[in-house]
Amino acid sequence: MKRLSTKRLCLFAAAATLFAAPAFAEDTITIGFTDSQTGPLNVDSLGQSRGYEFWRDEVNAKGGIKAGGKSYMVKFVSYDDQSVGGRVQQLYTRLINQDHAQFLFSSYSSGLTAPAAVISEQYGKIMIDSGGAEEKPFELGNKYLFMVITSATHYMSGAIAALKEKNPHAKIAMVYSDDPFSKDVMKAAKEQAEAAGLQVVMDESYAPSTTDFGPIVNKIISSNADAFMGGGHYSDGATLARQMYDQKANMKWVSILVAPADDKFGELGPAAMGVTVPSQWEAQVSYKPQFGPTTAEFAKAFQDKFNARADYHAASGYTDGMILQHAIEQAGSIDQEKVTAALNSTDVTTFFGHIKFMTDPGHHGLQEAHEMVLAQWQKVNGKPGRQVVWPTAAKSADLIYPLSASQ
Amino acid sequence: MLGILASIIDGVLVGLVYGLAAMGLTLIWGVMDVINLTHGAMIVAGMMALYLLANALGISPYLTLPPVLIGGFFVGVALYWVAIHRMVGRPPLMSLLSTFAVNLILIGVATAVWGTALFNVDVALPGVTIGRYTFPGPHILAAALAALIAGLLYVFLHYTRTGKAMRAVANNREAAELVGIPTTRLLAISVGVGVALAGVSGMLIGTLFPFTILSGDGYQLKGFIVTVLGGFGNPVGALLGGVALGLLEGLVTPFVPVSWTLVIEFALFVLVLIAFPGGIFASRRGAL
Repeated sequence: MKRLSTKRLCLFAAAATLFAAPAFAEDTITIGFTDSQTGPLNVDSLGQSRGYEFWRDEVNAKGGIKAGGKSYMVKFVSYDDQSVGGRVQQLYTRLINQDHAQFLFSSYSSGLTAPAAVISEQYGKIMIDSGGAEEKPFELGNKYLFMVITSATHYMSGAIAALKEKNPHAKIAMVYSDDPFSKDVMKAAKEQAEAAGLQVVMDESYAPSTTDFGPIVNKIISSNADAFMGGGHYSDGATLARQMYDQKANMKWVSILVAPADDKFGELGPAAMGVTVPSQWEAQVSYKPQFGPTTAEFAKAFQDKFNARADYHAASGYTDGMILQHAIEQAGSIDQEKVTAALNSTDVTTFFGHIKFMTDPGHHGLQEAHEMVLAQWQKVNGKPGRQVVWPTAAKSADLIYPLSASQ
Repeated sequence: MLGILASIIDGVLVGLVYGLAAMGLTLIWGVMDVINLTHGAMIVAGMMALYLLANALGISPYLTLPPVLIGGFFVGVALYWVAIHRMVGRPPLMSLLSTFAVNLILIGVATAVWGTALFNVDVALPGVTIGRYTFPGPHILAAALAALIAGLLYVFLHYTRTGKAMRAVANNREAAELVGIPTTRLLAISVGVGVALAGVSGMLIGTLFPFTILSGDGYQLKGFIVTVLGGFGNPVGALLGGVALGLLEGLVTPFVPVSWTLVIEFALFVLVLIAFPGGIFASRRGAL
């Protein structure tokens, strides 16, 4: 009898182990993404990845995501996409099929997010996007793609409104990188500028591999423009700013995409001064969050963890995680359809701003509530730094206009 | 009209630096028929040396030229022994692959150390202003230095014993060996000089534009166009090729959308290859 009991006990233990194994696996959520650890998008992608990591560490430190009476610890699986669009589809397929990622975060940049979204939709996996602002993937009837940042067509809205207020007769030269994101931004910017009564005297794109902008700057000068809007991503935007300064283009207004949102832009010294950048988030702007950290808490904790100032890529990356967590908690489940429904009804304010997704089939997943600010490089305590200058309700410093003669 | 003239002058100034950047590439090709695909990485090494020396030691950017030149030479000699020596005389694909592998390693290590963040070196040098157009001081000085270095290279190749020996090796390696020229040493020196030129051009470009670890690729690509325009294996012709490319960029930009510039450059590249297979300013093969 005793021997039989031991045998039964062993059987029970084995059965318990068998049944316990899947239950344990379910207590972990695997989130997959690619980031650009190498290649030209490395800098901006690093900020976004740090945002992801920061969110994961904070969630896990607090015991994971609570849903349906369970706590889910967050596990990441990620690969280096080398900043190459051709690699992301292969890698996202691998994340879903081999690594069994239940949810996905976007790569960095529109050029990489769009092909990744094809895969996430094909497999019916939710992808939260903070890296690609291009609107086209959201006009294709995708059901599982959600963008937490303001989309490309609204990037320059603040700059145009601010410029119009300062000079209703401004003549703008629009020169931008020949990539989907920059073209999307500047196409909308041109329409908005013309609707606002501003004159667009030059509208041209350049190859992303352009190294010398000298002849282009001369062309801008010849166009008699007094305002400049354009750029693209990182090194091209910085080179444009430096060459406009070196060649004394005499612009009264300069707005450049992306590059000036990074602290390293300050290395340009006097060439950086006065340059404005549309920004998804700046530490000076404070929203009253319904959940998650306040702006000050996020900025300080990020600085402590990474010994670097949080930029908008880091803040938007963190927001990806926070919004997914909120949706899972609201759904009380990690079922894709239930979480999708929760995301569709999301209408919340976080330290990153107001987040709400469009739900009509023609724009599903597109961000409709988040607003950008316009930051300008100014002297902050004697050193170059970004100040929020628009909208005036959120400003941390007055907008400098016109810029000094050399810009 | 003044705008077009300004673009042309600007194109010539930058073209001289492009020419210098291509000179090292074409020198190595001329001497040993090796296409050095570490060229872009060596240009970036020159940029980084400028950044680190000028910012860390606080010295004038232009004072970094001698250490970059000397350091580049020794790096080039090391590169020869690591990646090229055993490939000389073998099919060109072998050296192409070995230098490409070294390039990937160098860029990979540099990306791991510095990332692809932006680096900028401030150069305070007054420029020349004509009407509304300004030619920045660093552009003028870089062009002058590029022309000077090209002149010195010409003197080195034609009037020094080592330079003449290099040309002899380029002309006929076996004959050079028969008359007692230590060809292996000469090949190592050639790569040393080629890499030193790449480093110096990187250093000069670093005074003109901000750069990242990945900036070398663009200049290497331009180096190929310049090499074709200037003539394969003709380092002084490379300077003319650089000026031609700069002129083209300056001339084209005012008249067509700027996104067409690269298309036109490569169309010209193909046309020149068809019309002048050895390059416009080609000298006799191997004559340097």
